[in-house]
This record gives sequence, structure tokens and C-alpha cells, in this order.
Amino acid sequence: MTIVDIGIPKRLVEFTVDGAPVRVPEGSTILDACTAAGKEIPTLCYGDTLEPANACRVCMVEVEGSRTLVPSCSRKAEPGMVVHTDSERTRISRKVVLELLGSATDLSTTPDVDRWMAETGAEPSRFGPDAATVAQPAIVDNELYVRDYEKCILCYKCVDACGEQWQNSFAITVAGRGFDARISTEFSNPLPDSACVYCGNCVEVCPTGALSFKREYDKREDGTWDESRQTATTTVCTFCGVGCNLTLHVQDNEIVKVTSPHESSVTHGNLCIKGRFGWQHVQNR
Amino acid sequence: MDLKLLDAVASREEEEAVAGFAGGGRDQLLPALHAVNDRVGWLSQGALNLICETLHVPPADAYGVASFYSLFALAERPERVVHVCTDLACRVNGAETVCEVLTEHVGAAGKARGGVTWLRSPCLGVCERAPAALAFQAGDPATTELVAPATGASAVLAAQRAPSASDGAPPLLHQKDGLRLLRRVGVVDPSSLDGYRATGGYAALRTALRMGEAAVLREVTDAGLLGRGGAAFPTGRKWAATAAQPAGPHYLVCNADESEPGTFKDRVLLEGDPFALVEAMTIAAFAIGARQGYVYLRGEYPRALRLLRNALAVCRERGYLGVDIMGHEGFSFDIEIRRGAGAYICGEETAIFNSIEGFRGEPRTKPPFPVEKGLFGKPTVVNNVETLVNVPLILTEGAAAYRAIGTEASAGPKLFCLSGNVERPGVYEVPFGTTLRELLALAGGVPEGRSLRAILLGGAAGGFVRPDELDLPLTMEDARAAKTTLGSGVVLVLDDLADLGGFLLRIAEFFRDESCGQCVPCRIGTVRQEEAIRRVLAAGSEERPLLREVGGVMRDSSICGLGQTAWNAIESAIDRLGALR
Ligand SMILES: Cc1cc2nc3c(=O)[nH]c(=O)nc-3n(C[C@H](O)[C@H](O)[C@H](O)COP(=O)(O)O)c2cc1C
Ligand code: SF4
Ligand code: SF4
Ligand code: SF4
Ligand code: FES
Ligand code: FES
Repeated sequence: MTIVDIGIPKRLVEFTVDGAPVRVPEGSTILDACTAAGKEIPTLCYGDTLEPANACRVCMVEVEGSRTLVPSCSRKAEPGMVVHTDSERTRISRKVVLELLGSATDLSTTPDVDRWMAETGAEPSRFGPDAATVAQPAIVDNELYVRDYEKCILCYKCVDACGEQWQNSFAITVAGRGFDARISTEFSNPLPDSACVYCGNCVEVCPTGALSFKREYDKREDGTWDESRQTATTTVCTFCGVGCNLTLHVQDNEIVKVTSPHESSVTHGNLCIKGRFGWQHVQNR
Repeated sequence: MDLKLLDAVASREEEEAVAGFAGGGRDQLLPALHAVNDRVGWLSQGALNLICETLHVPPADAYGVASFYSLFALAERPERVVHVCTDLACRVNGAETVCEVLTEHVGAAGKARGGVTWLRSPCLGVCERAPAALAFQAGDPATTELVAPATGASAVLAAQRAPSASDGAPPLLHQKDGLRLLRRVGVVDPSSLDGYRATGGYAALRTALRMGEAAVLREVTDAGLLGRGGAAFPTGRKWAATAAQPAGPHYLVCNADESEPGTFKDRVLLEGDPFALVEAMTIAAFAIGARQGYVYLRGEYPRALRLLRNALAVCRERGYLGVDIMGHEGFSFDIEIRRGAGAYICGEETAIFNSIEGFRGEPRTKPPFPVEKGLFGKPTVVNNVETLVNVPLILTEGAAAYRAIGTEASAGPKLFCLSGNVERPGVYEVPFGTTLRELLALAGGVPEGRSLRAILLGGAAGGFVRPDELDLPLTMEDARAAKTTLGSGVVLVLDDLADLGGFLLRIAEFFRDESCGQCVPCRIGTVRQEEAIRRVLAAGSEERPLLREVGGVMRDSSICGLGQTAWNAIESAIDRLGALR
């Protein structure tokens, strides 16, 4: 986890970002420092509750003295580092990485990506009409969530959330390699035959909508999903005594999905099947 | 962790293959997958389930690992599989003809017919005998047959008849005089420890034990030994940094993965002088304080596997491995072989760790570097085979004498792998500083009546050199100054008849096939690179600006050396040879 711990006093590290001096607690990443300074660096695979997989390469910055660009989400700030977040090199890298992603993947439900594409001048279509993609039908094999891997950018977040970092269910993995690498259950068996316990923590962390709640998926399909009509209310789960925080997303007086605040010290955004999916009875009227 | 296992049940054969792994941990995953794949020819759901139960690995994870490697099949396939190399050197020497004949007589690649299937394969590491084919026959025991050089007829025969269980001919050397690294190859019986000792073997370890750890570190550092695996990092510094780490245990890994197209020097050392590697590793372990070493050997080297296994067994029996080695109290060390399973990326030093530990062979983010956190999270030295085999030389000749060979910045002898359109392909040993022209002359130059078009130096991750650049002295510093690299010692020669465009396409295909898929610039960039080259070759379209931009970002933003170098050779072909226009 990269949440900056303020419990124990830490030494401060001094370095420069885009010419300005910054001081951050030891152990902070370059991204932490930039975020604290109000500077936006695009990220896709970065998860605020997960260890950095640094796989998407959207957050690359230039560190003087380094042969290659450096992932800001995982690289720790070091004293005296000279960092550029908006140089010619970082701009080209960000643009091309977004273009590569956009040319292979459906990013239509990935927040902020359109804006970043516009800002960098990315044009995914320039790889031509025959560019290989990961297009494939969505997998609807259970009533709780849908896997639409055409939208998957292989950020590893779902695998980490399902596996050793949170749920310890190990239901899903990355299989294959290269362009054929994909999120999969064992032998691509249906989810109900896998080790999945339907905690939905993978859906919680998925940055692209490749994993989505069935209700959301259905509403998007029939064109009735409308975030502008939704409210989010955080309450406490009533199923057991742990007291997890639930955020109920309500549209037209109907709960359409349940998330959990990532900053909650109890759940860090994780829930169990009951908290995540057990709300149908509330609205059986 | 509670495992939820599949319902599928293993067959009796599969059960027998897995039986030996009872009580093992996750790091036995790769060996267990090999055991079943060797025995049955593929991995069923039942077999995977049993492996997971035995080693306590989640089934999805094991599936993710098994599907990473190209030598494993996750759908039923025949017991006999023939891999036909269609990579750089074989391509230049008629691999496509072999494929055509196979298609005609055995069927299309990947289609099972009459108990056999054949597949197109990346470089098999026998480029001096190109074109090459390697047949695997599952069973108990599993056997392999190397057919090199292959013809259409011999490849068809290998596909059709029972295996002859030949793991190939011993390495052949054209050079005779002044050899150091290769002096035993083809001369001394590689299966005999006494033969090895009679030619000076184990004198270096004796010297090392007498000198003590610190002095060995100093000697290797003073000798100026640079890593021969491609990155040319100073070996002494790597060893000293690991030795100094307080965390323990320390590990030693010998990188014998050698999957770079055009590279076969490590195979020649492993097949011709396996005891030298065992001795070298023992010296390295002594210097860095390791008790356990691993040789990560590529899965397509049956002869090397057989000889190295024998060397380890004999050394254990005779007290050259195990406890109190050579009577030196308190010095214990042993070596385990790990067979790779068809993945070039597993030669990347941190991908090796993941592979040995039973995870997907994906490179790890650096820092932290292996000297600090390597195998099993502990300080680890990773060295190339050739690098290690230099160590006994340094200790017997002394650092000063060793340094006198080569140049100030590139000390010692160096192995080069000559292949392609060259009269006498093979491994050549020369001092650093020999020119490309001299090296080419040793191998007899391009075949009679043809002229030199270009040389690919340093492998698929290296760069092209023109015929007017043959006076390049082969040193790390001169190569760098000429904006190329010696890489893993590849010297792949193309003559005027070579199809340069097709050759570049193959390089692009190679990187696309071998990307681990972890990071976007490499996973998608290598695909876009290949697509653009296909468009140039088919339609003559202008793709250079696009290639440059994608290539530059692969170099700048990929996680590991594979993506970072996937554009090198193609860029140099454009810039130095005027290709793709
Ligand atoms: C994609 C990739 C493949 C590699 N393959 C090999 C290999 O097969 N053998 C090898 O010795 N080094 C290989 N290397 C280099 C190793 O990562 C590492 O630098 C080397 O083993 C260190 O040993 P040395 O210092 O003795 O050269 C590879 C690197 C990359 C990026
Ligand atoms: S719902 Fe929970 S158990 Fe199921 S795949 Fe997602 S994270 Fe894993
Ligand atoms: S499904 Fe979502 S969370 Fe999982 S790897 Fe793909 S994009 Fe990431
Ligand atoms: S550069 Fe390529 S091989 Fe290396 S980590 Fe990225 S995807 Fe994997
Ligand atoms: S957010 Fe940093 S690499 Fe993906
Ligand atoms: S063996 Fe075919 S290219 Fe090396």
C-alpha cells in the first residue's frame, strides 16, 4: 500500500519536481509527491490500496541520470532527485502509450482517458484499420458480475485484489503471454466453477469497467445507466458485527451498485459477497 | 489459503509423473509441469489439479504459469512434437524449405496427424548447424532427437519414425591454437571428472580456497571481468556487493537460458566442458557466501542437460559438491538444474527468479536489484555461463596475466557465435579487440561467389554493421562508440542474396512472440512494430516515422530489456542499411 503513513514521524526527502523543490516523507513515491503538490500525473494501473504493478506505463516521468523513463507510481523519491513530469520525452511516451492502449482496447468506460488523449494529442486510429485488438464477447456466466475483457488493459489489479494482497481466493490470474496475455480462470472455466467467492473486490479495483456489476452492465446495455442521476450514500453494513462501510449508489430510487470507501481503515474498499451484492432484499417491494 | 480444486481427475500416468513431488513447495511447480508434459505430452485439467493439490498452488495460478511457456501444451496433443527452427540463422539457411516439405508430408504446422505434430520454433541454439529441428517424444522416459542440419527429408523422418534418442553431435571447433575458454571442448571427455582434472580442472578452486573469499573477490575485480550475458556489468562488483549483504542466505544463479537468436556459445561450453562450469560456480559461491546455486538451463538443450546432470552427480560423489568441499571445513555448496520451458524472457535476470520460484516468468521492477533482493527475496548473483567459465582462468593465470589479454576496458578472451551466410559457422574464441574483419576471416568469410551485405552484431537486440565497417575492433567500448553492441556475441552474416526485409520481419515477430505481456509499450508496441513492417513489405508504404515513435517509446518506457531493445536492430537497419524504404 502506498498510503503515506503519518503515524510515526519520518525523515523528509528533498528533491525537485519540474524545477520546484519538494519535501516528502521518506518512502513516498514520486507520484505521492506530485499528488500532494496538486500536480496531475495520469495513472491507470496504480491502485491506492494495492502494491504498484507499474505495468501500464502511463505515469512515466523523467529522472535526470536515468537511461529510461521511470514509473512515478512505484519509484520512491530519493534525496536530490531531479524529476520532470512534463518534458518532451514524457509527453511522447504518454501519448504513444495511450494510443497503443486505445488501439487495442475499448476504453469507452475508462474515466479521464478521453481528456488525456485530447491533452496529449493521441490518435489511436493511426495504427490503421487492421491493427490487432483484444475485441471479444463479454462473459456473462453468473448473476453478479460481468467480465468484458475487450476493455481489459491488463493492469493486474483484479489479480492482486483476488490473490495474495486482499482476498486470498486466487480465482483469477494472468494467462498466456505477450499480446495473448489475458485475465483468466484456470483453463478459462466459467467463474462459478472457479475459486471465486463473489466478494467483488476485483470489480472494485478495475479501472476500465472490464469488470462490472451485472446490474450496471445490463443498464449500460439497455441505455438506462446514467451517473448524473445517481447519488452515493455511505452507510454501515448490517449483515455482521465487523461494521464495514458501504457506499450505496442509487439511481431512480434503486440501488445499482455497492462500493466501499478505499480510505476506510476497516475495509480499504474490500467487502464480502453479502455487503457487496446482498442488497436486493432492500428493494424487493 | 484454502484451495478450491477442480473436479477433474488425473490419469495413472499423470499420477506417476507427479508422485515424486509430494511434500514439495511452489518452487517445484516448473519441474512438476515438465514431469507431466514429458510423460504425457500435454497438461490436462486433471494433471494440473493434482499438481496444485500436491504443491499447494492455486489452480488459476498454475494455469497462468503453465500457459506462459511455449513447450507446455494445455490441450491434448500427440506424444511426438517436432520443433522446426524458423529463426534468423535457420531462415537464412533454408528453414522455409524444410517447413514446406513437412507441410506436404506431415500436414500443416500445429495440426495433429498420425501421432505427430510439428511447430515453427524460435532459435534452437544450434545455429552453426542451421537449419535445425528438435523432436520431443513423450513417454517414460521421454526422449529427444536433434536433427541439425535438417533437410526436408530428415525432418519428415524425424516426424515419422520412432525417436533415435540422439541429443546431437558434440560441438565442433574450427579453431585449434591459443584457446583458453574452449581448450577442453572436443578434446577432453565432457563426462569424465578425471579427464577434467588431468587438464588442470579444480586447480582454480584449490587456489580460491587457499586465498580466501576476500582475495577471490579482489582477483576477479582486478581482472576486469565484464559479464558476457549482454549487459557487460563488472562481475567483481556484482559479487562484492552481494557478498557484503547482511541478509541471508545468498544465492548464485547461472544464466544458461541462452535463447537469443544466433547465440549458441553457452551451449558449446555446457556440452564441451560442463565440469568447468561446476568448478566456476563453486568458486563464485565461495566468494559470495552462497550454499545453493541454480543453473537455469534452456529447455531445448538435451545434450547439455544430460552432461551437466552427470557432472553434478559425479562432483557430489567425489566431494566437489556438498559439505566441506575439497576438505575445506564449513564450505558447503550444491547446485540444482532448472529447465526452462520455452520462453526467451526467462533469460532476463529477474524473470529467472520468478520462473524458479514457480511464478510466471515476468521480469520484476528494478530497483531493488538482485544483489539486494533476488531469488526468494534474498541477495543473489546472476551470471552468464561464459562469464563464469572465465573465473577459473583468472584464478589460475592470475588477474594481471588475464588483464593482459584484450584491451584496457575489455579484458580477456571472448566467444563469438558465427552463423548465417558464412563458410564455417561456429563458436570462435578471440581476444577482445580482434576486428570484425579478422573474425570473419577465421570463419572463412561469406560463401564463394557471394558478397557481404550486412552483419547483425549482438543478436536480435543488437544492431547491423555494414561491409565498410569491418575494421571495428570487437570490444565493449568500440562497439558502444560505433552505436552498436556485442550483446551476447552474435555475428550473423547476411550475403547479397539474403532477404533483408523478411529477416527484419522475423526479428519483429520474435519480439512480439517473446514479450511477456506485462507492460503496454512492449505488449502492444511489438505488435504494432510487426504490423508496420508487414505493411512496408507488402505495400511499400512509409512507416518509418511511426516505427521510430513506437520504437522510441518501447525503449524509453518498457519495464525490461526485452521491450527496451526490441527496436534496436530494426532502427539500425533503417539508419545504417537504408532498409524499409
Ligand atoms: C530479454 C532478456 C533475455 C536475456 N537472456 C539472457 C540469456 O539467455 N543468458 C544470459 O546470460 N543473459 C541474458 N540476459 C541478460 C541477463 O539479464 C543478465 O544481464 C546476465 O545474465 C547477467 O550475467 P553476466 O553479468 O554474467 O553477463 C537477458 C536479458 C534480457 C533483457
Ligand atoms: S469476486 Fe472476489 S473472489 Fe471473485 S474473482 Fe473477484 S476478487 Fe476474486
Ligand atoms: S479486468 Fe480490470 S482490473 Fe483486471 S486486469 Fe483487466 S483492467 Fe485491470
Ligand atoms: S518489456 Fe516486454 S518482456 Fe519486459 S516486462 Fe515489459 S512486456 Fe514483459
Ligand atoms: S500507473 Fe504507473 S505504471 Fe501504471
Ligand atoms: S538454431 Fe535456428 S536460428 Fe538458431
